[in-house]
Amino acid sequence: MDIRKVKKLIELLDESGVAEIEIKEGEESVRISRGVANNQVMMPQVMAAPLAPAPTVAAIAEAPAAEAQDAVPSGHSVNSPMVGTFYEAPAPGQPAFVEVGQSVKLGETLCIIEAMKMLNQIEADKTGVIKAQLVDNAQPVEFGQALFIIE
Amino acid sequence: MLEKVVIANRGEIALRILRACRDMEIKTVAVHSEADRDLMHVRLADESVCIGPASSLDSYLNIPAIISAAEVTDATAIHPGYGFLSENAEFAEVVESSGFVFIGPKSETIRMMGDKIAAKNAMQKAGVPCVPGTNEAISEDMDRAKEIAQDIGYPVMVKAAGGGGGRGMRVVEAEEDLVEAISITRNEAGAAFNDDRLFIEKFLQNPRHVEFQVLADEHGNAIHLCERDCSMQRRNQKVIEEAPAFGITPEQRATIGASITEACRQIGYRGAGTFEFLYANGEFYFIEMNTRVQVEHPVTEMITGIDIVKQQLLIAAGEKLTFIQDDIKIRGHAIECRINAEDPYNFLPCPGKVTHFHCPGGPGIRVDTHLYNGYTVPPYYDSMIGKLLAIGHSREGAMTRMRGALHEIVIEGIVTNVPLLQDLMVDEVFVNEQHNIHYLESKLSS
Repeated sequence: MDIRKVKKLIELLDESGVAEIEIKEGEESVRISRGVANNQVMMPQVMAAPLAPAPTVAAIAEAPAAEAQDAVPSGHSVNSPMVGTFYEAPAPGQPAFVEVGQSVKLGETLCIIEAMKMLNQIEADKTGVIKAQLVDNAQPVEFGQALFIIE
Repeated sequence: MLEKVVIANRGEIALRILRACRDMEIKTVAVHSEADRDLMHVRLADESVCIGPASSLDSYLNIPAIISAAEVTDATAIHPGYGFLSENAEFAEVVESSGFVFIGPKSETIRMMGDKIAAKNAMQKAGVPCVPGTNEAISEDMDRAKEIAQDIGYPVMVKAAGGGGGRGMRVVEAEEDLVEAISITRNEAGAAFNDDRLFIEKFLQNPRHVEFQVLADEHGNAIHLCERDCSMQRRNQKVIEEAPAFGITPEQRATIGASITEACRQIGYRGAGTFEFLYANGEFYFIEMNTRVQVEHPVTEMITGIDIVKQQLLIAAGEKLTFIQDDIKIRGHAIECRINAEDPYNFLPCPGKVTHFHCPGGPGIRVDTHLYNGYTVPPYYDSMIGKLLAIGHSREGAMTRMRGALHEIVIEGIVTNVPLLQDLMVDEVFVNEQHNIHYLESKLSS
């Protein structure tokens, strides 16, 4: 489970009135509960290893395609061609390039990915309607990470 | 101490670096290609970032992607491992100008050692013995070139200044072949290294490959960790390495050691490095310096007790070396066998799924590998999948232990060179210390 995901879960806990969240992904699970003094984060369950070589995995970081509980909507996935920071608007305070539900044409700018102080415009590689935005503003993204779904 | 390190490499060395960081409670970021999501160190790292598709050019050699990954994870330093960008002076420069610590020497040092003519000049200034030859780049004047070659004495080697690791060099047996050899090598060098400067050296028949490990900090302290013999090679790829080098006396070790640590101080070397020599007729001849950690570093770690990768991290954090030359003692003899996913005799690479992996163990055995049961060796990268090491009180003892470990190790599902290694560990010439850098090739071709 990605450290970034765990961070998000802690934020979710803080913002809502929820006392405890547990998420299972395959064979891993994370439980976060609101402690008395501070939030306690339980370490992800570790698989028992029969032999030394089999890795006891503490955390598997995968490209998060979507939050654990939401199904990824069907459609064409626009994936990040690079590593960087995702920005949904041309500059802070300005309106986002696109909204969910908006029609976009092939070649239209969907977002900016910033890397090494350079802003790279990411274009739609398909004409259609934005069905979902899978990353948040100012979130770090990796190569191949799904950004938008276009239908 | 460094807070967070990006491991800009893959496979066994990435795991090695991760383990050293973990020992020192340094956070780790594993950058990897799409084909390497299941690498062991990626699974163990604190964070991971996919930096590109399978192709090395677009991932492990992709400078912007690696820097970007360091930025988004707020890393402190970048460890380049070996191969890939580890000796790329431009990368080292970009890393530092982007605000990260490059775990290695300064970019100017990398650049100087990458230029074989400049490297040789620096060595001679420090009193490091070099292969007899010219330090000047040969010009278009072929008469002058013939003169130079004649002074050196045939056979000679025409070498590219931008080359190294066995690339960009050609043997010339007699004067009538010289002009053509220069022409071809110049062409090759221009294309491969973007640098067509050449120089000429004596060609040493049947030397051994003996290299010395150094560590140097930013405070002017430099020590050596003795030498390794890496003469068992095929096509300039090492197959078996050992430390110390048999037949080298403490006096020889001290003399060469003193000259190379002096060289380190003179050039302001920082980090771990290796001085490579050819050893023939009882004499050492410098050929090149590797400004990175090497594959075979574990044999040195085993006989000296020094953790070289940890030292790299400490040095990069600005720490002083905590030991002096007199503290370095050799205990025992260590041997390393490189395990490759390839056919043991035709050397065709053999990627695929490892269906069963059993690791040998016991006293004096060390295994550095990223393999695990069910791991799939991808076809996109070099075939080395691990290193098997054995240490004993003597060379005999180490070989005995290695034979046992080679017998115990199980890697099923792919073809490996273990049968060849088993063969070599009982090879009479190897066992009797009679081999040199040409031996393995001649044994394989007969």
